[in-house]
Amino acid sequence: MKFSLNPGRTNIDFLRYRVVALVFTAVLTIGIIALVVFRGLNFGIDFTGGVLVEVETSGPADLSAMRAALGDGAFGDVSLQNFGSENAVLIRLSQDDTAGDAQGRLVEEVRRTLAERVDPQIQIQRAEFVGPKVGGELIEGAVIAFVVAIAAMMVYVWFRFEWQFGVGAVLALFHDVIMTIGMYAITGYEFNLTSVAAVLTIIGYSLNDTVVIFDRVRENLRKYRDMTVPELLNRAVNDTLARTIMTGLTTLIALFALFFVAGEALSGFTFAMIAGVFIGTYSTIFIAVPVLVYLNLQRRQRGRVGGEDDADAAGAADA
Amino acid sequence: MLHFAKWKTVLIIAICLIGALFTAPNLIGRQTLDSLPDWLPKQRISLGLDLRGGSHLLLEVDMSAVLRERLNAVSDDVRARLREAGIGYAGIGVDGDAVVVRVRDAADASRIADEMRGMNAGLDVEAADGVVRGRFTAAEIANRRDQTLAQSIEVVRRRVDELGTREATIQRQGDERIIVQLPGVENPAEIKALLGTTAKMSFRLLDPTTSASEVLSGGRLPPGSEILDGTGPGGQPTKYVVQRRVLVSGERLTDSQPSFQNNEPVVSFRFDSVGGRRFGEATQQNVGRNLAIVLDEKVISAPVIREPILGGSGVISGTFTVQEASNLAVLLRAGALPAPLTVIEERTVGPDLGADAIARGEIASVLAFVLVVLFMAAYYKRLGVFADVALFANLVLLLGALSALQATLTLPGIAGIVLTLGMAVDANVLIYERIREELGNGRSPISAVEAGFKGAMTTIIDSNLTTLIAAMLLFQFGAGPVKGFAVTLSIGILTTLFTSVFVTRLLVASWLKRARPKTLAF
Repeated sequence: MKFSLNPGRTNIDFLRYRVVALVFTAVLTIGIIALVVFRGLNFGIDFTGGVLVEVETSGPADLSAMRAALGDGAFGDVSLQNFGSENAVLIRLSQDDTAGDAQGRLVEEVRRTLAERVDPQIQIQRAEFVGPKVGGELIEGAVIAFVVAIAAMMVYVWFRFEWQFGVGAVLALFHDVIMTIGMYAITGYEFNLTSVAAVLTIIGYSLNDTVVIFDRVRENLRKYRDMTVPELLNRAVNDTLARTIMTGLTTLIALFALFFVAGEALSGFTFAMIAGVFIGTYSTIFIAVPVLVYLNLQRRQRGRVGGEDDADAAGAADA
Repeated sequence: MLHFAKWKTVLIIAICLIGALFTAPNLIGRQTLDSLPDWLPKQRISLGLDLRGGSHLLLEVDMSAVLRERLNAVSDDVRARLREAGIGYAGIGVDGDAVVVRVRDAADASRIADEMRGMNAGLDVEAADGVVRGRFTAAEIANRRDQTLAQSIEVVRRRVDELGTREATIQRQGDERIIVQLPGVENPAEIKALLGTTAKMSFRLLDPTTSASEVLSGGRLPPGSEILDGTGPGGQPTKYVVQRRVLVSGERLTDSQPSFQNNEPVVSFRFDSVGGRRFGEATQQNVGRNLAIVLDEKVISAPVIREPILGGSGVISGTFTVQEASNLAVLLRAGALPAPLTVIEERTVGPDLGADAIARGEIASVLAFVLVVLFMAAYYKRLGVFADVALFANLVLLLGALSALQATLTLPGIAGIVLTLGMAVDANVLIYERIREELGNGRSPISAVEAGFKGAMTTIIDSNLTTLIAAMLLFQFGAGPVKGFAVTLSIGILTTLFTSVFVTRLLVASWLKRARPKTLAF
């Protein structure tokens, strides 16, 4: 078997469209933010608090009968949906201000009500209950994890490279976070603790990608003394393109295996990760790298920076 | 780079073998495992409750109740102390988080404050505007909190043990929480009910001078008595007027067992020597009166004392079901909680769903592994096979590390493993693409390989370290599923760094040494 995904020695002018790409990204980002703000996310009980029960019925589940049985007010707001198979139903009861232990008892009441009125053989597969206080703390923990992770990665890039790279990486990271959360808003997948893990992993993947290209940029800065900055950056993206494609493909292969086989419980997570591979690759090539053009990137050695004015060397951290 | 010192080769192979040794217990049946010699590692990957089925409960201790109770006790002590010292006051009470003494004579304020300081109750005392306030110091509050939590954990452990739940883990979390993990428990309702009961028991006397109905219809409640709910002889709810004074408290119980009396379920109990003596004296002096058996401010039963009970043991009869009697016996044996506990988070997964999740996770992992292996081999030929061997070593080391560290594998953790499989080849891809580039520049195979490994090294370290930073922060700040995911991701990155750099390099080097290829085909 012989095949090649390797584009060979490419010379694609990615940077030529940098203005278009940045404007497009900005518009898209604003659109996504608006969507998230106005439409909101489908927050899971990890964050909202409430009760979640997954039941398995003996035959195909009769959702309307179950809704009728649970809908007489005793359980507050009830939402039902099929989960994975016809026989599996996910029931969510919204949080009200009853005390914690009363909420905990609801699970048993749901089971009893359904067994009495809908299906005597109903079985509880999974029951979760998160008190309102815990939900608030989980949000807090997630936000802290986000902020600290982004800060730490930025500091790392700043130390290993020059500050311009740090700015490029962080802008790309913000893009990744917003786009991924946007994916949740568009698809309506539940946003829960696992989603936070997904978003942070996407950030990790994307930054991984960015660092690989930045490393090449740094190398090329030393190697090609006479190139203009856009030329240099193009060279770096093209040099690493084969790697970008290969790693993206193997990661996608693994993720698709997970998406189609691992079941409903992880589908939201894997879907976000799959989207994240594309989001992360895009942000590296069309945000992190082009931003460097505008940040007056300096050379390590003294010399002519093609087309750029070298007079202002004050900002260059010669690490 | 062609040269690999012998000790390095041995070390790399040894590490892989150790990984295999630690992974092995997961593949061998339990019985075979038990029959193996003791020096072999026998720990398996410990599965999270979402995979094996079971119940995770997060309990919160009502610390404000503890502090309130403590404040009340301190205010009683202050009253007694001032009376003893002959210092007059206008009133003593608890106001918010302070014991407050209203001073009658302004000249007494500093004496009162001194008395309160002298009690060593951990109070911060200040006097102003005719009022002396005593607040608990931060140290006292922290101390009390630790004590309460430790005591609660102890009682929870005893109660869970009494129910025969095996392998339960009970841990402190933060300042006022306890995590209880119960593998295999599908319906935690019974355990929740048991844990939610404080089980403060006391033996007191009914007030003979009046009745609850009299008081409720406007009669005077005798000082030192209170009205409590309870169950009457027929099982219907009744109210009782009960004296506050405790004859014997539940702490004096040494044993309690469910049993039968006249075909009715009852709970028999036994006091320690002090409790037995006190109970004997109390019953001797009060023959003919009603003894109120009070549990958590509810009267379970109020039998008439027919004769002194001197043997240090007795029987509580109420209108119990068999289950209730056995639960009460458990609660009394395990002792009272120092403060009420509330379940604030619960996650229960049925064993079927858990088994299903494992099966699907395994299939997904195997599928992902096979696909990535085929893809790499088809694409990079011989070098791809080397990368595949490294990937396999990676998986073995990852599973071995999870077993050895006894890190808990959760469903998101499996996702972490699969993701690692996909991303693990990144380092090899970086190296191989570099080699390809160097070949394109016209280098000989050996020098291209050398330059490839060297050139890719900083990139590999930089890119993996950034992901590792993210993974460790996820572990630090994440809860539940996020933590489980972060554990496998972090370990995965470390094993990936090792295998893709050392193992592939060893394989490639020894092949080059042996074959000395003139060209290198990709």
